[in-house]
Amino acid sequence: MKLELGLIHVTDVQFGPESKIEGSVVYLNEEEIKKIVLEDETIKSVKLDIARPGESVRITPVKDVVEPRVKVEGRGGVFPGWTHKVDTVGEGKTNVLKGMAVVTTGKIVGFQEGVIDMVGEGAKYTPFSKTVNLVLDIEPVEGLKQHEYEKAVRLANLKVSTAVGELARNITPDEVKVYEHDTIMEGIKKYPDLPRVGYVLMLQSQGLLHDTYVYGVDAKQTLTTMIMPTELFDGAIVSGNCVSACDKNPTYIHENNPVIEELFAQHGKTLNFVGVIITNENVYLADKMRSSDWSAKLCKYLGLDGAIISQEGFGNPDTDLIMNCKKIEAEGVKTVLITDEYAGQDGASQSLADADVAADAVVTGGNANVVVHLPKLDKVIGHIEYVDTIAGGWSGSLQPDGSIIAELQVITSATNEQGFNKLSAR
Amino acid sequence: MYRIVHYINQFYAGIGGEDHADVGPAKMPQVPPVSKAFTAAFKGEAEVVATIYCGDSYFAENTDKALNEICELIKAENPDMVIAGPAFNAGRYGFAAGNVAAAVKAQLGIPTLTGMYEENPGTDYKSKTIIVPTKNSAAGMRDAVAKMAPLALKLAKGEELGPYYVEGYMYTGIRKNLFEEERGAKRAVDMMLKKLAGEPFITEFPMPNFDRVAPNPPVADITKAKIALCTSGGIVPKGNPDHIESSSASHYGKYDIEGVQYLTSETYQTAHGGYDPVYANADPNRVLPVDVMRDLEREGKIGSLHRYFYTTVGNGTAVANAKKFAAEYAQELKADGVDAVILTST
Repeated sequence: MKLELGLIHVTDVQFGPESKIEGSVVYLNEEEIKKIVLEDETIKSVKLDIARPGESVRITPVKDVVEPRVKVEGRGGVFPGWTHKVDTVGEGKTNVLKGMAVVTTGKIVGFQEGVIDMVGEGAKYTPFSKTVNLVLDIEPVEGLKQHEYEKAVRLANLKVSTAVGELARNITPDEVKVYEHDTIMEGIKKYPDLPRVGYVLMLQSQGLLHDTYVYGVDAKQTLTTMIMPTELFDGAIVSGNCVSACDKNPTYIHENNPVIEELFAQHGKTLNFVGVIITNENVYLADKMRSSDWSAKLCKYLGLDGAIISQEGFGNPDTDLIMNCKKIEAEGVKTVLITDEYAGQDGASQSLADADVAADAVVTGGNANVVVHLPKLDKVIGHIEYVDTIAGGWSGSLQPDGSIIAELQVITSATNEQGFNKLSAR
Repeated sequence: MYRIVHYINQFYAGIGGEDHADVGPAKMPQVPPVSKAFTAAFKGEAEVVATIYCGDSYFAENTDKALNEICELIKAENPDMVIAGPAFNAGRYGFAAGNVAAAVKAQLGIPTLTGMYEENPGTDYKSKTIIVPTKNSAAGMRDAVAKMAPLALKLAKGEELGPYYVEGYMYTGIRKNLFEEERGAKRAVDMMLKKLAGEPFITEFPMPNFDRVAPNPPVADITKAKIALCTSGGIVPKGNPDHIESSSASHYGKYDIEGVQYLTSETYQTAHGGYDPVYANADPNRVLPVDVMRDLEREGKIGSLHRYFYTTVGNGTAVANAKKFAAEYAQELKADGVDAVILTST
């Protein structure tokens, strides 16, 4: 399975009379974008804004971040099951607007999450301080329940990202990256002497606004299965998360899964990248046992020598992480885990809710309880009043001078557990 | 020239062995050879200006008193840092050295360092001071001084030490964030390649010893038992009067439910930020089942429901905090004659 990603490097996004891409600038007609969002009758209004790296701008509360892409050649379209009909993606050519993102905000739930600062201390921690962000601030109609609101906002982002991606359909990319995934047989023949490495991608599925979708299917309702790595690059996995921003994967990170990128980079050189197993993180014990049993079974069946396991979220899913680790190691498959930590503000508490001696190789995205002081920024896109109640904030987090004292937890993707960042802890 | 104070036991002070271990703390008239060995290793940048000793038995039998006396003696010397030991595998010396180093750091705010063998019980203090691993006997003195002196000098200068595996001290268990050269995914693949090749690698998070609690025996007669409800699901009186945080809770609440037959959406809500609050807010009994407990009480299936419930938010809350909350209110529950507790999550 071969996918060519054509990267179009975007340096700016501007509103203008006509939606188009010229050079490295994306121009968008504001009314056209609004019209797409307002097709949904559960949405009352939408405000558009643009936030650029280095600007004194804070976006909060952030719902999701999506990278606009368009399928140029091959089956299906991006975000299958949502903005395109269900059809297997991951083959052919896809153009990517690299350097920009579509960010959604709004008064989403009682405790809505996520801060993106485009400058200063907070900007060091979020990857989305480095992208030019088209921000949709979405207001629902009266009386809409939180989960209906979440769905409306999720769809609005996917639709807008698809429409913006369409602008890149006929653009010649600045850079082309080729990802070729061998079948099981091809891999064995081509690289008989290389260690066989797989990736166990854990998907948040605790429910109640902790959800992930695969080809439109709620991951809660899935059994552990396999997906081709290039399918993710076409938006096969979409985030439905609203809670605890630092270590939930926005759709953007699924589209750019860093473990998959790094395994492709080593494929055929130091290892044989065999495949990706996706498994959920449901709250019931029976589900946890079944899902981790299946992860281990598939690792064994694929004849893996090693498996990298990435977690999503914290607390309850720590048990899924450790179950996966123990059972996969018990099959003789060596594991490396990627997680993050909740070691208390002083770093002295226990980092995970579960532990096992089998987990002897762990990469961490850092301690999310660490307190950061974010300076007042000139402009806020969204709703600053929620800072005191988001996960990682407390009564008084929002200071009288407009600065914020809160845990790192509040910053979107700060301690990402797919290893997207350089932050770590010891 | 940085000023360093050295803490040692009666043996290294030249007073004697086990038979002299009951001597109390004092300052030596002159610094002994073991302290001079450190001064020599500082190469003119720092000096051991005073050596304080105490008998190991005296310390073990009068720990609090000894600590106060030793802290006073150390404070009077106004040092930039304090070295204790090395204690090698001497258990009581290790206990004293670890204790002194931890107390001086905590009470006087002066950086401290000690050294001992990895099986010395004094290593229990490794989260409270810097402990350098040494050999198991005094034959390892030269090696211990060579390892401890550079770290002592850094601490005296007020510098932050690098990670334990770079600087060579014992893992403290205190987690500190840092930025790596490579992103996490790359580090994971590199670690995997090393693990597969059987090469050494360093995990970024050593797994802790887990605190497993054995279940209590069943309640003998549930129909007579007074039962309390406790929750980490964040159920609080409407308006969250004590401002329990939606995540990383710093405190818990205790609320009176005398006469309350069931919780309503007008009077109770959840403060928890880790789940969609719609269903919990619509019917808070879903998380804190007061309604069912009252039914059971009326039907005589339980003795009674305790008058107070205890509540906090489990979302991202440090285990150390959770433990502290429970240790506190468990005493109250015991004092109130509660026989059993039902703990609910979310």
